[in-house]
Amino acid sequence: MTVHRSTGSARLGRRRRLALSYAGMSVLAVFFLFPLVFMVVSSLKPDAQILSDTDSLRAFLPVGDISLDNYGEVFERVPVAQFMTNSVLVTSAIVILGLFVNSLAGFALSRVRWAGRGVVLAVIIATLIVPFETIAVPMVYWVSKLPTLVLEGGLLKYDFGWLNTYQVQIIPFVANAFSIFLFRQYFSTIPASLDEAARIDGAGWFTIYRRIIVPLSGPAFATVAILTFLPAWNSYLWPLMVVQKEELRPVMVGMQYFFQLNTQWGEIMAYTSMITLPVLIVFLVFQRAFISSIAASGVKG
Amino acid sequence: MPTPVSERPHPPIRRKPAAIRSERRAGVAMAAPALLLLALFLAVPVILGFVLAFTNARLISPNPPRFVGLDNFIRAFVDDPTFLHSVVNTFVFALFVVPIQAGLGLLLAILVNQRLRGVTLFRIIFFIPVVTSIVVVSILWKFMYQQDGLINSFLDTVTAGAWNGVAWLNDPDVALGAIIVLSIWQAVGFHMVIWLSGLQTIPEELYEAAEMDGASPWRKFADVTWPGLRPTMVFVLITITIAALGLFVQIDVMTQGGPVDSTTTLVYHAVRKGFKEQEMGYGAAISLIFFIAVLLIALVQQRLTREKD
Repeated sequence: MTVHRSTGSARLGRRRRLALSYAGMSVLAVFFLFPLVFMVVSSLKPDAQILSDTDSLRAFLPVGDISLDNYGEVFERVPVAQFMTNSVLVTSAIVILGLFVNSLAGFALSRVRWAGRGVVLAVIIATLIVPFETIAVPMVYWVSKLPTLVLEGGLLKYDFGWLNTYQVQIIPFVANAFSIFLFRQYFSTIPASLDEAARIDGAGWFTIYRRIIVPLSGPAFATVAILTFLPAWNSYLWPLMVVQKEELRPVMVGMQYFFQLNTQWGEIMAYTSMITLPVLIVFLVFQRAFISSIAASGVKG
Repeated sequence: MPTPVSERPHPPIRRKPAAIRSERRAGVAMAAPALLLLALFLAVPVILGFVLAFTNARLISPNPPRFVGLDNFIRAFVDDPTFLHSVVNTFVFALFVVPIQAGLGLLLAILVNQRLRGVTLFRIIFFIPVVTSIVVVSILWKFMYQQDGLINSFLDTVTAGAWNGVAWLNDPDVALGAIIVLSIWQAVGFHMVIWLSGLQTIPEELYEAAEMDGASPWRKFADVTWPGLRPTMVFVLITITIAALGLFVQIDVMTQGGPVDSTTTLVYHAVRKGFKEQEMGYGAAISLIFFIAVLLIALVQQRLTREKD
């Protein structure tokens, strides 16, 4: 702070800047929050009232004919519980398997010496630029040809095509180049002397991974878990194409259900609130970890 | 995997060949699951995409795919006006979203980087749309964009009744613009956080030195902040560009490419042809064009931003 010229007018300028900052941030806060407030509030109102409330601030207030009726209707007409179960199952499988497979690869690429390691790492980093959307269409063709095992009348049989399964929603997303890269970066900061000491004690490489590296890498695991969780829970394009069976669909695709029926906005708002609020609550509880995970994703530049 | 322990407790200068071999084996074995999966679900689809683009493959067909040379590409550029609209719309979308989202993200980052009471709360609020699914966001805004929806009511109120409501998503002149607004609303908080982490790497001493020289806030930004943000800027621009070019969900949920092709995009068209209409070969060709565009733009952007150093 400039001490010398800190006259009355300078202090006034600073105060004005402060007021301006708060005013600006408050306006922006309203801009970022109003659609979500509108969604949750509308989910509590009958359709006629939602529409008549739009021309006043009542649109954002839980007033008038407030009830949980829309939620009841949603449960009655749409297999919400099934969609939720599917999403929870698929998302947790991707996160848990991904943490294991990618951290193991990150370990092999940072602390174990083997021929070709440098090339493999360079190729993995190069693939970061490939957006999923570019390979989604050929990948549908590919998974429709992959072999699979099916249980038919107590017999394990061999068949082709992964369409309409849980595995097609999980397996392609387990290995992730960016997760491997994040793990590798983090593991590289752990002193190598720890490995050497363990090796002298006769520890194998997997023991070093499990007993030394994993316990020291909590933040890396948290970051990767968060960065994997969000897109997995929100995935839409992929399940839209590869899962037609209603009983296997995740929540985001389950949304399509509402457009086959005639549009009941109150119910749609109830459904979107239901699939959004759990994520929002998890975010608010772990907001620090969420935000620092996103910040960590900036390191790839 | 127990390995022979060296008799001498000295740091191992010459390791035994057996130990080297076992280390190599361990490394390959531990990387193998991830590498195998990446090969199956990243490398193969990329290669397959290249191959299918030159065939007439269909998703479900009794006949094996036949090689058709450049037919799919010729069809796209000569016989498919919807494809051309998709190219134009995708680039228009990116042209608006990239600078606005990057700029607004930086502004938000600067605002929440101040040492002010309650600033964390604002940081959280600006970030909330990012954790909201784009599917949910699209449906919500579709509702708000209706003729009798919230956006028109709001504009009607602030203009004291002078505003004539439009059905935003049914009007080819404004539909894409409406989608641009909600797309920026949803993702700008993400880039705020990236900019913020860039801002926080700039050493405090540089600002103190600038203060000593009596620099104005603008000079401090131009001489200290902006140069320090260059690596962040490259990252933000590339990430937003690639994400913008991949526009799909908003279109699928809100407009299905309409009205009259005014919101169709490359990815939406590739999915419509390759999946909905089962023309795998043609869909793969459109995906390949999109892929090449992404690679070129990423390369050019990296080159341009590097030259300025």
